[in-house]
Amino acid sequence: MNWYGIKAIYIHEMERFRRTLFQSLASPIITTSLYFVVFGSAIGSRITEIDGINYGSYIVPGMIMLTILTQSISNASFAFYFPRFTNTIYEILAAPLSSFEIVLGFVGAAASKSLIIGCVIILTANFFVDVRIDHPLLMMFFLILTSITFALFGFIIGMYAEGFEGLQIIPILIITPLVFLGGSFYSINMLPEFWQKISLLNPVLYLISGFRYSFYEVSDVSLLTSTLTILTILIGCIIFITYTFSKGYRIKD
Amino acid sequence: MKNILEINNVTKFYKNSVKALENVNLNIKEGEIFALLGPNGAGKSTLINSICGIVNFNTGTIKINNMDIVKNYRTTRKITGIVPQELNLESFETVWNNVNYSRGLFGKKPDHNYIEKLLKQLSLWDKKDNKIKELSGGMKRRVLIAKALSHQPKLLFLDEPTASVDVELRKDMWDVVKKLNKDGVTIILTTHYIEEAEELSDRVAVINDGKIILVDEKDKLIKKLGEKTIKIELFESVKKINGNLSKYNFTLDQTNKIISHTYNLNSNTTDITELLNDVKKDGYKIKDINTEQSSLEEIFIKLIQENNNELVRN
Repeated sequence: MNWYGIKAIYIHEMERFRRTLFQSLASPIITTSLYFVVFGSAIGSRITEIDGINYGSYIVPGMIMLTILTQSISNASFAFYFPRFTNTIYEILAAPLSSFEIVLGFVGAAASKSLIIGCVIILTANFFVDVRIDHPLLMMFFLILTSITFALFGFIIGMYAEGFEGLQIIPILIITPLVFLGGSFYSINMLPEFWQKISLLNPVLYLISGFRYSFYEVSDVSLLTSTLTILTILIGCIIFITYTFSKGYRIKD
Repeated sequence: MKNILEINNVTKFYKNSVKALENVNLNIKEGEIFALLGPNGAGKSTLINSICGIVNFNTGTIKINNMDIVKNYRTTRKITGIVPQELNLESFETVWNNVNYSRGLFGKKPDHNYIEKLLKQLSLWDKKDNKIKELSGGMKRRVLIAKALSHQPKLLFLDEPTASVDVELRKDMWDVVKKLNKDGVTIILTTHYIEEAEELSDRVAVINDGKIILVDEKDKLIKKLGEKTIKIELFESVKKINGNLSKYNFTLDQTNKIISHTYNLNSNTTDITELLNDVKKDGYKIKDINTEQSSLEEIFIKLIQENNNELVRN
């Protein structure tokens, strides 16, 4: 293993995060605060509790998941697309690095950034509501696994994107709607039966549900199903990246 | 001297079926400076990028230090460095971070003393904390060289190293290249500045339309393919060409005082002795004699034209 190479990519990417620390952290903190104002205060005054949990506290796992998913994707996609755009990718391709090591460096950094932001959101949420974490290890398991999985997904977008606009299409048109419709701010039990069944087709529902279980021991689906879902997406992303790299597609022509 | 690089029957097609390289065979000796000449789009960069792992080639084998670059990519890439044609750098990073980053990518332990020495050698030390965007084009080119040398490669590829740099900087770059070579680095450079190849290289290859059409030592090439011209300056003008001089196919300048006779160094006879005797016999007094040899550029143009004509015929 080329550990120095992996470290170089990782540090290089984290350095970019450090340079833009204010923007990187201010945005999720402001967004979280706004969600608490809009959902917690305005809607929360009408929905006091869901599954015995105060509404403001209930939406915390969903908000974290929303941020983790979008940040992991945008961090990883930008991190890999940027050297493609500036043509500095030549150096990575010419280095004695396997595709696994390249992915490890980029995805590791993107996932780390998401984790930092996730932790900042938990701290921010504490200023507005009581946040209880019944299973901290399980919470960390979901947090880390989701960050890695969606950073891998972002990496794929970074490999295939034709321009900066391309980096935004999937997060805006697919991921954000899936998170909003995946029970971030409500329980699917509150929906009519038909829409409950439709919601079960949304993979993000399983991630949010499992993550929420780690906080309050309440969930829309079983913990096992949630775990299997995130593992399936993770394996799918790994297979896709491995295939793309083996063909040299879009990178080595 | 052993071969540090062996390229055997390498062919490369791009996705749109454009043939970039066709059965390329080339051996590079350890310690030499090798120039790869060719017009734009001839396949120079594709060949370098194939060797360095930046693009995949379709068929053939490439070996560095007798190791296959695909099977043993870790070992072969560790001793290879590349300076790309474009100024591909991260504008918001500092020179110091940029160069250290490159060393890390190539699996080398951080060595700040070496990087400091390298930056000083390339006159970049006082710019080490500057962001790339604050540097001039020439400085950026030096940063690219520093990055390529950050992991102490044995084989260095310079893809058009002095493209779009001023004359003074070009000479500076040449000094850097010569110094590197003196320190034991084998250098392969692509260029379309023939002057550069003439100044730096030990051997030269000419590539056209993805095929290597000639490989030879630079001096031999100039000697073998080069024509020479002898210019005989006379005290008085030549009024009319008759007598002994009428058998030569020479030209006269506007003053009719300079006789130019072209001959090939490769031919059995150059007619120079006879010409000088006949000038004397016809009663002319010689003021001065000069010889001019064809440059690598003239040879290069001639070769490419011949090759293109052949391609059209086929």
